[in-house]
Amino acid sequence: MRAFFRSIGEVALLAAQAIWEGLIPPYGSNLVVAQIQSMGVSSLLLTVVAGLFAGMVVALQGAHELERFGATLYIGPTVARSIVREAAPVMTALLVGGRVGAGITAELGAMTVTEQVDALRAIGVSAVKFLVVPRLLAGLLVFPLLTIVANVVGVLGGLVIAVFQLHIDSRLFWNTVLDLTTFRDYLSGVGKSVAFGFLVTLAGCYKGLTFTGGSTELGHATTATVVAIGSAVLIADFLLTQLFFVV
Amino acid sequence: MAETVTGTAITGTTPGLGGGHPEVLRLEGVSKRFKGRDVLRGVDFSLKGCQTVSVFGGSGTGKSTLLRLIAGLIKPDQGRIVLFGQDEVPLSEQEMLPLRRRMGVVFQGAALFDSLTVGENIAFPLRVHTQTGPAAVRERVAEVLARVGLPGIEERYPAELSGGMKKRVGIARALVLWPEFLLFDEPTAGLDPSNARLIGELIAELHRDLCETSVVVTHDVECAFAISDFIAFLDEGRMVEVSPPDAFRRSPRPEVQQFLAGTRR
Repeated sequence: MRAFFRSIGEVALLAAQAIWEGLIPPYGSNLVVAQIQSMGVSSLLLTVVAGLFAGMVVALQGAHELERFGATLYIGPTVARSIVREAAPVMTALLVGGRVGAGITAELGAMTVTEQVDALRAIGVSAVKFLVVPRLLAGLLVFPLLTIVANVVGVLGGLVIAVFQLHIDSRLFWNTVLDLTTFRDYLSGVGKSVAFGFLVTLAGCYKGLTFTGGSTELGHATTATVVAIGSAVLIADFLLTQLFFVV
Repeated sequence: MAETVTGTAITGTTPGLGGGHPEVLRLEGVSKRFKGRDVLRGVDFSLKGCQTVSVFGGSGTGKSTLLRLIAGLIKPDQGRIVLFGQDEVPLSEQEMLPLRRRMGVVFQGAALFDSLTVGENIAFPLRVHTQTGPAAVRERVAEVLARVGLPGIEERYPAELSGGMKKRVGIARALVLWPEFLLFDEPTAGLDPSNARLIGELIAELHRDLCETSVVVTHDVECAFAISDFIAFLDEGRMVEVSPPDAFRRSPRPEVQQFLAGTRR
């Protein structure tokens, strides 16, 4: 338990240091771009596939429930609100986050054991500035963008089920979606994804920079990162959902 | 050759090794513990400019810890480490920068950045610390690569290099900012005899041509005797002997003779 709270404290300190050093020039925009490419482009297909099927599943499940109340016509907003407020940001954070976070831990962990992190410090470069800040900034940008992609694809998945399985007119689907979803719904989901992007990259960086051991331990560390990310995302989701429904 | 210094934990009155040059490094009562174990216990040591000292000792005697302390990568639990006249122990990472610019560290596994080419690895300190233009950077990179005997490999990635080439690129990166002080961590470890000899010759050349001050942590007795002005011996966290190579060979200390004979555990 003591080790757990110490880790939480260290993560908080790493976050504070990264924010502070991120504000001081130079900003290393080329490093951020490289990370956006590494995190975002390679996660796009995963996001599209997951978003599409999540949208279709929500439509099927929603139709089943709405049918009992004779409200199948409202499948559009049901799918849209479920996807944009909850499914897209959480699913993106869990799937892409697991992949990205484990990758960061593996990369930084390998750099730590091969003394590349020490070499940076010996050269006089802050490892936080050079390694953590670009990943955090990329995470803050990539996760909302992927969530927006998942939103669009998820709603399209719902449309496919609505049109071809429930025989609902596509114009009716879109009209109800536009009438009954608000900007706040979209903002809530995208807002969550910003927080998830921060948590995912921070957890990956922390586990990587504090890594000690060999290849077996590196495997354990990446697994631990995925578990930590899953837990952190779900807890944060609960807190943020409370917040967004209050605000 | 300068003085012979022996004894358990050389005291603060030890004259710095390498007479005639200003003092570069002084350790005073440096101790370090890891996980409840004393790795270094009250190490006192000083080194003047333009000298190479090799640090011997069995595995786990604190050699690499000593090097990391001098490089400022870790802080001692007790004692002072004075580098270029400044105690580095209380300094923050930012305050360490001017000292770091004056020293180069060559890591055991070379520690080249995997994602950068050889040229980018070597240029990295220049780009971070100087306003040098691209053409001058390229010129300096080519110059240090030629110096370590590897001209024209700027575009290769570390994964494409042999162990010996990686070490030499690591040395080139350490040299690129014209350091006054070099730290080598096991420069010949894991290399075949031919490559090990090559690295040894390179260190000796740097010392001869550039008058570099160097601390070399090594297990390689042959290399150390060939390149060093002084040999230091760490045993159970204490620096028990510091002397010129010939005197070191004749040391009356049983632990030194056991180490040289390869019988010390």
